Amino acid sequence: MSIEKKIVSQASFEKLVLQLKEEGKRIFAPVKKGTIIGFDEISSLQEMTNDYIVTKQSAKSVAFPKAEKLLSFQSTKEGVMMKDKDFNAIPEVVLIGARPCDAAGFNSLNAIFNWDTQDALYTTRFSRTTIIGISCSKSDAKCFCTSVNGNPGSTEGSDILLTLIDNGNYLAEIVTEKGTALASKYASLFEAAPEVDKEKYLANVPVAFDVDAVLKGIVSSFDNPLWVEQSLRCISCGACAFVCPTCACFDIQDITIGAEHSRKRSWDSCGFSLFTIHTSGHNPREVQSQRWRQRVMHKFAYMPDRQQIVGCVGCGRCSRACSVDMNLKEHLINLAEEIAK
Amino acid sequence: MESIRKKAKELIESNAVQLVIGYGEGSDNAVRTLFVRKPEDADKLIYDKRCVQNLAFYLMKHEVKHMGKIGIVAPLTVMRTVLQLASENQVKEANIVVLGLGADNSLLNLNSFKEIQEHIATRDLLLPEKENARITEIDGMSKEQRWDFWTDELSRCIKCYACRAACPMCYCIRCQVECNQPQWITAEATPMGNMEWHLMRAMHLAGRCVNCGECARACPLDIPINLLTYKTVLTVKDHFNVSAGTAAEMESVLSSYKIDDKENFIN
Amino acid sequence: MSDFEPKIVAFVCNWCTYAGADLAGTSRIKYAPNVKMIRFPCTGRIDFMLLMKAFAHGADGIIISGCHPNDCHYTSGNFHARRRWIAFRELADFMGVDVNRVFFSWVSAAEGARWAEIVNKFTADIKSQGPYTSFADIASIEQKDAVL
Repeated sequence: MSIEKKIVSQASFEKLVLQLKEEGKRIFAPVKKGTIIGFDEISSLQEMTNDYIVTKQSAKSVAFPKAEKLLSFQSTKEGVMMKDKDFNAIPEVVLIGARPCDAAGFNSLNAIFNWDTQDALYTTRFSRTTIIGISCSKSDAKCFCTSVNGNPGSTEGSDILLTLIDNGNYLAEIVTEKGTALASKYASLFEAAPEVDKEKYLANVPVAFDVDAVLKGIVSSFDNPLWVEQSLRCISCGACAFVCPTCACFDIQDITIGAEHSRKRSWDSCGFSLFTIHTSGHNPREVQSQRWRQRVMHKFAYMPDRQQIVGCVGCGRCSRACSVDMNLKEHLINLAEEIAK
Repeated sequence: MESIRKKAKELIESNAVQLVIGYGEGSDNAVRTLFVRKPEDADKLIYDKRCVQNLAFYLMKHEVKHMGKIGIVAPLTVMRTVLQLASENQVKEANIVVLGLGADNSLLNLNSFKEIQEHIATRDLLLPEKENARITEIDGMSKEQRWDFWTDELSRCIKCYACRAACPMCYCIRCQVECNQPQWITAEATPMGNMEWHLMRAMHLAGRCVNCGECARACPLDIPINLLTYKTVLTVKDHFNVSAGTAAEMESVLSSYKIDDKENFIN
Repeated sequence: MSDFEPKIVAFVCNWCTYAGADLAGTSRIKYAPNVKMIRFPCTGRIDFMLLMKAFAHGADGIIISGCHPNDCHYTSGNFHARRRWIAFRELADFMGVDVNRVFFSWVSAAEGARWAEIVNKFTADIKSQGPYTSFADIASIEQKDAVL
């Protein structure tokens, strides 16, 4: 599908948000609260901040919430009565301000949640989500999207990608059918676009390592001592997996309050020491180096192999969240060097 | 800095230790833990005001424990953590060499836990000013304001347990949150579950917290959870006149009692 | 407001307070039926998480009661409990939990009348304070639709 280009002025953008809100859609955008910038619900564009490279947390919770009820059941005299999830209650969501890396992250989640079983909850939530991405005009040392087949102005994963150009106006690239439907519905807010050199408004993110070389050589690096070296300082906190836009591991538990029970899923991390513990007590990934290796290989070996997608978008959130400076970008550079040897 | 490097080199060269844990340069002007196993690596050790991580955490890390005798660069919080871990029988004096740092950051000559204890007795164990001020501020709020403050802050929590992972005193192999028979703490990140978790964690640290602040530093969402554990530090000091990590053999505060423990709320 | 009957949960030790409550019963002393007694071998067994859970599941008030100091059936259980409560009460108060809704007492096996008095007074007190909605409010926020 060829990408249509339009211009959306600041005023039109504000109007668009109001119209979408009036339609009953829930709108999420980056909001500053204290020192944290995260995706929060907004009613008007004024609440959104532009002062971010990426948000602290990823946007994955619009489709994969941090805590989600799967089903509920009650103990009654007649037995256990089950109540399935009400899919109609899942709201229509518009996600504004996702960076190109965030939008691309959903591709990984889509691949995982539609792999061997279709996850009805995730797919329903995602199908009701419209992503209006915003390109990156700045980056920092932790970013490495260009090393994993992304770039600061990539349209991959967005329904509409906005790039801030001059005078508060945006270049709007209408990427998907969902995007086209939205732009047509509010055609008055999307003006014709003259030729715009998008590149000059984008951040410059130099390529840090050759991802194809990493993909090719990572499996044979399984026994390389560098995994132990790299992970010595890791404290197994799980923060990286929780802020990552492509991490999808979850735990399921039943909660009981009185006679009401619900089955809930919540985020989990393969970095946790008990993640792989068996009921026998045996833990195949007993030490951190095994877990660290698994995390990187999942993204750069297993996912490419099974889902034909690199499981990392180079957003750098993991490195920013890490309190012991693990710095995934640096580790991947080192890995590429090891492989090249 | 030079004296730290020299001492670390000596320790490794003489095989007094097989590993020195210290601070080194990280990426983008950050500091990261340095594991020195070869004498020449000792030159990479640094110490400046960026060095705040509680290195004593690694004394409890499985892989590190098995590396042999360990030397550790130890500003005050690390020294206190080592003593607290010793008093909980988690580290042995024979396995560890502490490169203690004085209040002026100079390298001290502390050759036993007893000497460390004596040194700590000369140090100021007050909470950091910023946190103390915030605790006082919260204490001054009304009960409803405090509830709103904490439920608001903790609703952000995603139950990543980075706070627990970063804390050197949280070394339980199977934490209470990992038990589901019974399910004390709901696993999910709902406001109720978050309040339960953080209250429980703070209580389990009462009398053991050395106010290193790693919990808040590790939190990816800047939630000031260290204020909760610091509050217990104040309570334990006020009521039981004890500070964690001040002796290598100390009774565990909440596992012991005095017949004349005073309170004003039991009828 | 006058229709509100508070739910009071009492965590009591078997040897003193529970026996005291028994004495109140055998002496036919009437006291408020709002209280649900939970019997422990000793107050030292009472985990502070139980108090949180009681509030989370709808208790409006909590009574914790055991043997007088020096009278513990297990010698020192209540001393341990006392220390734990000192720490817990301050932390819970710091977090905004309404610690006025938690009543601590030492009630011996001979103090049946006193037990009844404590229950009656506390129940009336909670009745006038109203239901404890803080926990219920946050417990009801289930994030089934909550995104982010």
